[in-house]
Amino acid sequence: MTPLLELDDVHVWFDLGEGGGTLHAVQGVSLSVDPGERVGLVGESGCGKSTTVLAAMGLLPANATVSGRVLLDGVDIMAGGESSFRPHRWVDIAMVFQGAMNALNPVRTVGSQIVEALQLHGRARGEETARAKALLESVGIPAGRAGRYPHELSGGMRQRAAIAMALSCNPRVLIADEPTTALDVMVQAQILELLTTICRDFGLALVLVTHDLPIVTQLCGRAAVMYAGEIVEEGSVDALFHEPRHPYTRLLFAATPDLYGNGGRVVSIPGAPPRLDRALEGCPFQPRCDRAFGRCAEERPVLKEVGGEHVAACHLNDVAVGSIS
Amino acid sequence: MSADGSGTLLEVEDVVVRYPVFRGLVGTMTRRPKLAVHAVEGVSFTLSRGEILALVGESGCGKTTTAQTVLRLLDPLSGSIRFEGRDITRLATRALRPLRRRMQIVYQDPYESLDPRLRVRATVEEPLIIHRIGSKDERAARVSDALERVELSPPELFLDRYSHELSGGQRQRVAIAAALVLEPHLLVADEPVSMLDVSVRAGVLQLLDELRRAGLGILMITHDLATAARFADRIAVMYLGRIVEEGPAREVVRNPQHPYTKALLSVVPPRDPRVRREPEILRGEAPDAVHIPSGCRFHPRCPIAVPACQEEDPELRVPRAASSSDHRAACILA
Repeated sequence: MTPLLELDDVHVWFDLGEGGGTLHAVQGVSLSVDPGERVGLVGESGCGKSTTVLAAMGLLPANATVSGRVLLDGVDIMAGGESSFRPHRWVDIAMVFQGAMNALNPVRTVGSQIVEALQLHGRARGEETARAKALLESVGIPAGRAGRYPHELSGGMRQRAAIAMALSCNPRVLIADEPTTALDVMVQAQILELLTTICRDFGLALVLVTHDLPIVTQLCGRAAVMYAGEIVEEGSVDALFHEPRHPYTRLLFAATPDLYGNGGRVVSIPGAPPRLDRALEGCPFQPRCDRAFGRCAEERPVLKEVGGEHVAACHLNDVAVGSIS
Repeated sequence: MSADGSGTLLEVEDVVVRYPVFRGLVGTMTRRPKLAVHAVEGVSFTLSRGEILALVGESGCGKTTTAQTVLRLLDPLSGSIRFEGRDITRLATRALRPLRRRMQIVYQDPYESLDPRLRVRATVEEPLIIHRIGSKDERAARVSDALERVELSPPELFLDRYSHELSGGQRQRVAIAAALVLEPHLLVADEPVSMLDVSVRAGVLQLLDELRRAGLGILMITHDLATAARFADRIAVMYLGRIVEEGPAREVVRNPQHPYTKALLSVVPPRDPRVRREPEILRGEAPDAVHIPSGCRFHPRCPIAVPACQEEDPELRVPRAASSSDHRAACILA
């Protein structure tokens, strides 16, 4: 089966301006999403998650250089630049940006902002208002609230409106970047329930970008763990939690407290991610790794198959189990 | 040990805090009714030395107002606050000053709370200067000592840095060092890790845990129940200005008695993908604190409310199914 959306060896460099050099933010990311599938993209801040998905949307800022391919139904939509992206953006791939609920136009009603999106894409001609109301209803906002301004709605309601806007052209993939980060726990639960429902009802594929691992293990079937601009492990969320094959994945889970204390002590990961404006030598995680050995400082590991649909970039996987302590 | 000879550090009794709603000139002239935000409505709790009490709840439930009132940064309308056995509810600013050394606060966002123009040395020394403590050399020694205690060592490596040269976790440690340098007995930590990366959160929380072991009493404000469950000794759950459930952390998490606590716990996603919890998602959001519902303030959103809940305002008491005598919940059905 051809994946619905596929990133193939995507690199992104940011030009930091005079004397600033270049920052290699995304270093060869490959990721595929099947129709209706829910995939998580996790990692610490600054690891390249958001840049990766912005590249998939063709929405990188002007100082970015990009290489690799972004394939939709097997066709490269990045090769032709903006003109090949534009027919698919919002129409096939849509995104809810980080902090989207605070990015609504404050002087226009939420309904009119959705109508505008529909008009721009020539959707539901003549029936834009009705369609906007239906969209709001589908995300749990009573149609009567279409005439409200963003400041009259709560954070949770504004986030719902942002999701409705992303859904306006019936996309097939929804990318959600930290969709619940600034929300209260109960509102977070409401938004996650909404994402699950719309994915099911609309047959939508979801790429969920977050630093919050439990959200991904509960919502997604598969996840990719990013570190220093690359995917260091990818597999089913079950394999990532129960049989992690990269120390970073194991340590990220260990740093996340669990309500019932299952899994023992909560420990932080010492140190900080490396700077990406200089060349990396060896494994980028080596300075913070609790299992690093000689080879890790010299050779950068590549993603290798470690199980069924499970890949990891760690030299430990080349060594027979138990021979390293 | 505090002045009254027990380990009790802080006793808060029936504290009420309201913020008046601004009516404006027109509102006043047309005699629009005077409204108030009922931020805190009769909150009582105690905190001992060497204990972490977590105040948990959604935004707007009054947890931050409670903490600020405890520190007398806000004045309560009624109720009393005793710190180390002494009633500080109505103490004047001048009389409060020496006490403030012993009660310190760490804020949520170390990117905002540290002065970007100050080096770490100046940030941590400033409280000592304000309280006129020690000679220059003594202050320098205390600053180094505080940095060691928050594991920024060797201190020489950090003293001359500016906050922008530090990571988020290091910034929060500097903020904690600036609070610890006065050797407080009470530390209020307002969402101390919510702005930090997952990978460094545990380190800052462990630091607070070590300070607790050394005798510090910590009032931790958090919306994260998993953190509270793991690091607090006791948990108090707040809803619309009231504590609705309170008890030993383990007891509150494993044997919750108030329907609001049960719902909050049910929506915390488990780490293990094989563990599925049926989330009991409450509809809507907490009503605003100007128009408090009658009876039990939780009844409009409560999944198990009975007609009596609209009339009776339940008091905190030991629930029938509690397995600990210091577990209390405010629900007529518990």
